[in-house]
Amino acid sequence: MKPTSEAELADAIRASAAKGTKLHIRGGGTRAGFGHGVTGQLVDTTGLKGVALYEPGALTIVAAVGTPLETIEKTLAKEGQRLPFEPMDHRALYGTNGKSTIGGVVAANVSGPRRIQAGACRDSLIGVRFVDGEGTVIKNGGRVMKNVTGYDLVKLMAGSHGTLGVLSEVAFKVLPMPEAGATVIVHGLDTIKACAAMSAALTAPYDVNGAAHLPSRANHPARTCIRVEGFEGSVTYRSGQLKDLLGRFGDVTIEAHQATAQKLWQHIRDAETVASGKGDVWRISVKPSDAPRLATTLGDDAQLQFDWGGGLVWACVPQGSNVRTAMNGIDGHATLIRSSEATASQLGVFQPEAAPLAKISAGLRARFDPHGILNPGRMG
Amino acid sequence: MEMPVPDQGVLDRKASIVARLEQILPGEAVISDPNETRAYECDALTAYRCQPLAVVLPATTEEVAACLKICHEEDVPVVPRGAGTSLAGGSLPTADSIIIGVSRMNAVLETDYDNRFIKVQTGRTNLSVTGAVEQNDFFYAPDPSSQLACAIAGNIAMNSGGAHCLKYGVTTNNLMGVRMVTMEGEIIDIGGAHLDAAVYDLLGVICGSEGQLGIVTEATLRILRKPEGARPVLLGFDRSEVAGACVADIIKAGVLPVAIEFMDRPCIRATEDFAHAGYPDVEALLIVEVEGSEAEIVEQLEKIKTIARRHDPAELRESASAEESAAIWKGRKAAFGAMGQINDYMCLDGTIPVSQLPLVLRRMEELSKEYGLDVANVFHAGDGNLHPLILFDANKPGDLETCEAMGADILKLCVEVGGCLTGEHGVGVEKRDLMLTQYNEGDLEAQMRIKDVFDPAWLLNPAKVFPLITTRTRREAA
Repeated sequence: MKPTSEAELADAIRASAAKGTKLHIRGGGTRAGFGHGVTGQLVDTTGLKGVALYEPGALTIVAAVGTPLETIEKTLAKEGQRLPFEPMDHRALYGTNGKSTIGGVVAANVSGPRRIQAGACRDSLIGVRFVDGEGTVIKNGGRVMKNVTGYDLVKLMAGSHGTLGVLSEVAFKVLPMPEAGATVIVHGLDTIKACAAMSAALTAPYDVNGAAHLPSRANHPARTCIRVEGFEGSVTYRSGQLKDLLGRFGDVTIEAHQATAQKLWQHIRDAETVASGKGDVWRISVKPSDAPRLATTLGDDAQLQFDWGGGLVWACVPQGSNVRTAMNGIDGHATLIRSSEATASQLGVFQPEAAPLAKISAGLRARFDPHGILNPGRMG
Repeated sequence: MEMPVPDQGVLDRKASIVARLEQILPGEAVISDPNETRAYECDALTAYRCQPLAVVLPATTEEVAACLKICHEEDVPVVPRGAGTSLAGGSLPTADSIIIGVSRMNAVLETDYDNRFIKVQTGRTNLSVTGAVEQNDFFYAPDPSSQLACAIAGNIAMNSGGAHCLKYGVTTNNLMGVRMVTMEGEIIDIGGAHLDAAVYDLLGVICGSEGQLGIVTEATLRILRKPEGARPVLLGFDRSEVAGACVADIIKAGVLPVAIEFMDRPCIRATEDFAHAGYPDVEALLIVEVEGSEAEIVEQLEKIKTIARRHDPAELRESASAEESAAIWKGRKAAFGAMGQINDYMCLDGTIPVSQLPLVLRRMEELSKEYGLDVANVFHAGDGNLHPLILFDANKPGDLETCEAMGADILKLCVEVGGCLTGEHGVGVEKRDLMLTQYNEGDLEAQMRIKDVFDPAWLLNPAKVFPLITTRTRREAA
């Protein structure tokens, strides 16, 4: 089914709830390889489209969930604005085609390198409308960026992968597009030094909004990349300061060519280092200073990429390897992003929750989807 | 304010309940003498008062858990309390409730500059979190006006904001993890020094849940390196609408100041009499602050001044020194105190889309005439979070009621133009009965499901957030 309005979507879910028909909710399908496979009647959300409201002076945009991300980004760019959280494009990783939808971005809480400074998708999301598993339309939050009226279901919906409700409309706080940007690159660092360099950059007063490390690979020496953005003069000043600050770690250059820098950050954002690998892909969130230890325990078989100052580790490992065992006492969580269905069922896609949290999550699912029809099994 | 009828059974068992609490806590941590519990009969919303059954002040998470277990077993409502600075009555007790206060739990547990976080017990005050890291040039970003007194526990409960959240976000954007005790007395950890949720974003749900899902005893907070410098510019305008248009133009131009504060003439005059900040006597005043190195500050202020000049300001005053910066902020920071000196006031907290500012200011003026009460405005203009102060005389019969009715009309207006009832203070008891103007019953039902999961017996922080009529079935069933 392909509803073209929220009311149609609600009717469809209500009817499915009555019959117990399981539903497979899908936007653009660019993340089709993620999570446990879902068997059910397809709900294609791409019929729900259009920017409902955009007020550049209020830094706010509201759109139906099936609106392509590309449309949102183009609309914002016309007014010199952008989504703060730099959502990644999963197509290279999953080998998918099609267009990512804004609803899909929210459902998976997709963020990119700028998450370290501007927050995740959930931090920019200020309002949602969704249909729960009984077909009831629910709204939460709104279109203003400060809103503490009642409980925050906005955050709960972000990253719930359609298991608590089918989103119909989402609202964001957006930010001005910067006038300029520069990327400071430290060359040839090992993971320990790279993480120290990224920490030095992030703890300096230069408002760094990207800190990633691409370890050395055949023909490619290691690069540790630090990004600043803003007004021209400010960017020149801060990148210069960072160059001086990071000189003690290794050779430093500044990538001033915009197109090259943009390509580099797109490469980082889309985890291309691991996407091109043959094995399973994991996404691991840790305390940044734990990243080198994690890299050591993962061993030489793993292809790695570090973002968020070390706090986000992308790993491509031999099929079936259990990264969670390798974490061995390191706090954080590992998500199996790409693998065979067999590995996914054996290891689980999501980090198992501690028993009391698992009970809460199950409780939420039972209340928002009492018939178990929304993307059943995707998260569990 | 309608509150649920206290449970007579609980009132009758006061002695035995207090005795059980005294068994697990040291003597001074259990307060049950009505002369002493009086200090807890209200928070900063002083219009409503009620003495609790007793107050406990545990020193550890384990003690909080032990208290909650007893309350759960005894079926006693619990009112969590931070520093008691809520303007919304977020910690107003009921007569049959036990207040669990976290004020004795104020330690710093871990400071980690490399990973940019601090872990504190939640009784710690907001400002003293920054106080713990500022010697290393770091700070904790959310800065509610009450930051000298308010506790992190309350900041988390209300998802507090502040003047600088235009750039740095509110509490939920700076909270990385919590240790929390459920009503059943179970200690749970959510999040930590790493980013984002593994599965559902429970941290995002807990932040802003007004103490109704659990008692948060420890928090991992993001800390940031201080910018090299900051400087405000003061802009005066003859018309409020023009000030509003100037705000929108600054934002559209791609300048993102850390703060844009707005004050109107009544507020300017009152603060001048009180704080002598040297403000011009204009219809509307903006304080716009930018951050960075000297060159960056100059670059941003030039852009702001250029935009401002297009709106023909009556006054344009750029700070040239730390003293002048302090003077510019002095009046704004004293605004609430100044208004309190001359009048009783009710502080509202609605948020509106910035584009609706001129309309809302005009309508508020009309309402002011209609109700015969003056309104002074001081608010965060960049994000549309209004703080109209309605002035009334608490000693004049009927004035409080008139003020409340006018406040309700202003908040309804905020919702009508696409905004919300509360931007950073929380619903508490104050705006509870207005919730149905913003949300329908289905929307509220969805929120109540969350409480059903965390607190099935509906014992935590009773009678807040949801209109009593919408919770009756649940309360009677529990």
